[in-house]
This record gives sequence, structure tokens and C-alpha cells, in this order.
Amino acid sequence: MNEIFAGLQEAFRLIFTLDSDLIEITLRSLQVSVTALLIASALALPLGTWLAIRRFRYRRFAIVVLNALMGLPPVVVGLMVYLLFSRSGPFGVMGLLFTPTAMIVAQVIIITPLIASITHQAMRELWSEYHDLLISLNTTSLQRITALIRDGRRTLMTASLAGFGRGIGEVGAIMIVGGNIDHVTRVLTTAIALETGKGDFALALGLGFVLIALTLLINFAIHSLSRTERDGTW
Amino acid sequence: MVKGPLSVSLDSVVVRRDGKLVLGPLDLDMETRGITVVLGPNGAGKTTFLKVLHGVERISDGEMHWSVANVQAREEQAYVFQSPIVLRRSVAQNLAYPLKLIGTVKSEISMRVSLWARKIGLEDALDFPATRLSGGEKQKLAIGRALIRMPKVLFLDEPCANLDGRSIREIEELLHEATLAGTSIIMTTHNLGQAKRLADSVLFLLGGRLHEQSPASVFFNIPSTSEAQSFLNGDIIE
Repeated sequence: MNEIFAGLQEAFRLIFTLDSDLIEITLRSLQVSVTALLIASALALPLGTWLAIRRFRYRRFAIVVLNALMGLPPVVVGLMVYLLFSRSGPFGVMGLLFTPTAMIVAQVIIITPLIASITHQAMRELWSEYHDLLISLNTTSLQRITALIRDGRRTLMTASLAGFGRGIGEVGAIMIVGGNIDHVTRVLTTAIALETGKGDFALALGLGFVLIALTLLINFAIHSLSRTERDGTW
Repeated sequence: MVKGPLSVSLDSVVVRRDGKLVLGPLDLDMETRGITVVLGPNGAGKTTFLKVLHGVERISDGEMHWSVANVQAREEQAYVFQSPIVLRRSVAQNLAYPLKLIGTVKSEISMRVSLWARKIGLEDALDFPATRLSGGEKQKLAIGRALIRMPKVLFLDEPCANLDGRSIREIEELLHEATLAGTSIIMTTHNLGQAKRLADSVLFLLGGRLHEQSPASVFFNIPSTSEAQSFLNGDIIE
């Protein structure tokens, strides 16, 4: 109990003194996860929607694989990306290992299937509602996907937020590919893991509270920006 | 733009679903003019017939040809479904959507949207979410959205099912106006009164087959088949 209290205290101290290290790693956390989220959404939203409207031979198989990939263990993804970017790996020459870029790549791989799968579920419903109309209007595949994404944007936002949640709270993959290097690749989660290992529970908890507050803040911000639950039922 | 009315010919068209015969074999030559009402009891294949003509139902056997190329025919048609499909957008955006798809310029879109919103009596609800309209308003919106491209042929599947008298009258006025503006209508209805009010010609379907194709005046006065006679008398036919 004492530790939790001390943690809260530490969190307040860090925030109110605008601790420069805290700000730096918080910003890096955001930079990595928001970039990964944008890239993953750009891939996953059209992909999930396309899977909902398109009938092809291995569709069922593709959906099962996608759903399975939702549970992709971050540590294994981290290991794969590590091997790809390590000096002897195929992309070794790019020198990306232990950089935020490698962390972004790992997170994109982790959250894309999650966003695509939730998107697919949501879009399947909307598609069954719109199907006849969009077919009758002679729309192209691109026009269909655009219409569904536009009109299903509220549910898609939930999908994206789920992806963001997974990304910002993820530690396994970015620890391996980023290396938790101070001032270079240290983010909130890797810092928490480090401080816990060092036995500095107050600081670890403080960082933890900051992380939770950050996630809440972003969710509220996005919800109020997009006016969910305000105008009508969609 | 195609000049003059479109015509369509069906050559032994058959539609099967899960091995079961739903429609056909159907042979038919028809020039779309005025309002054609497709009559018949439930399960006669009326909806399937409309969808076949519109090209959204797969034909299992036989052939169908419009007097113009299929792609062009589709561009000249619009379809209003039995339960109106509205996009989860505002009324104005619903009306604008078919025009946006074909790349109409913005000024033209806003002009036509306000014109049609007035015609369907929703000019005060342009920014209102279409999903929250009443059943009758949704139906009128769907019809307005279908007519906004000024199609040559409009298909309507039971446009007035479950609507009250006033909505029915407003919709019938809309349809009448549309025919005056050069749109031919092919519609199904269960309402014999409505069929009598609107029809210029009648197609009578029963069990997936065409039993009669005649001008409305002939069909309602001297139907040539006994089934049509019983149908008009209000007898139950299967």
C-alpha cells in the first residue's frame, strides 16, 4: 500500500516539476505509438473493409489468419524485427536497429491485425446494410470502401483506439528492437520495466500513472473531437 | 444520355436459388413507358424479376438484353428497395451521394439537392441525420435519391408498403411527376388500388412465370387468364 501511495506522490512530483526526463520519454512514447497507429490505420482500415466486401476463394482463411494474428506475441514480433534489422539481417545495412524507427515498425506489425480484425467485424454489418444500394449505384470497389469507412468512422475510431492502447502499453517488442537506450529509445513502458528491475517502485509507479493518464487523456480527446455519442446514433 | 425510351428483352430467363426455381422461364419484350406495375401474390418472383431487369440478380439460364449496352443501361437506371436504405449521413448528403459518384460539379449538386429536398418535402431537414427520419420520410428520401440522377428507368419494390395514406399520396405524386419528366417506372405493389391509380401497363406474375402482359385498361377490365381474374377478385391464388 505504501508503495502505491509513494508512486502517486512521485507521479505528481514528476508532472508538476515538469521533469525533463519524463517529458522526453513521454513524448517519445507518443511519437512511436502515434506514428505506428497512423501507419497501421492507413493499412488496416482499408484492408479490414476490403475483407468485408470482397468475396474471394481464401477469404475465410484470410480472416481466420487475421484473427489469429491479433494475438501475436509482441516479444516474438520484436525478435523477428530484431533479426531483420540486425547487422547480419536483410535490412541490416539500413542501421535501424535500436532506433525509434525500428520500434515503430514492430508496433505496426503488432497492431495492424488488431485494427484490421475489428474493422472487418464492424464493416461486415454496415456492408450488409449498404450492400444493395451500393451495388445498384454501380459503385467501384474503391467507392464502396470509401463510403463504408466514411460512414462507419465511429466504430473505426474504436478499432484504432484499441490499436493505440495495445501499442502504447506494449513493452516486449520495443524493448528488444529499441534497447531502452536513455535519451534515444527509452519510452514509458521500457522505463517502467527498468525502474521495477532496479527496485525503484515509486518511480516505476509514477511513470505507470503517467502512462494511464496519458491513455485516458488521448481517448477523451479523440472522443470529444469526433463528437461520439452526441449527434444521434451513428 | 440515351434518347427515347429503353426497351428490354428476356429470352427464357431462369433464376434458381439453392437449386430451387424462383423465376422463369420468362420470355418478354417490353418497352419501358410510363408506369408498369408488376402484380402477383407473395413469392411470385416480383422482386427477383425487378432485380433481374436491373442486373443485380444473377441469371441462372437464358439471356436478357437492354436496347443499349449493359453498362449504359445500368447508368440510366435507379432502384428503390423494399425497405429503404439510407446512408448514415445527413439528408443532403444522402441526396448528393449518387451525383458525387458520377463526378457532378459541386454547384450543380447543391442546386439539385435543394430542388429534390423541396420536392420530397424535406427542405427543412437537409442537415438532419437521415437514419432518424420516419419510415415515410426515409422512403421519400430513397425515391428522391434515386430520381436525382434523372434515370430513364426507375425500379420500385413496394414503395408504399406500411405507409399511411398521406405518405402514399405524396409518393404517388412524386412518381407521376417523374414520369412526366421522362422517367419510366417499373414497380411492384400489393395494393390493387394503387396499381389501378398508377399503372399504364401491367405484368402479372404467378409462380415465377409471366401470366399476363397487357395495358392497364385491359388488365383491370378484361383479364385474359382465370388466375388474373381471381387475383383481381381478391381470391387467394397460389
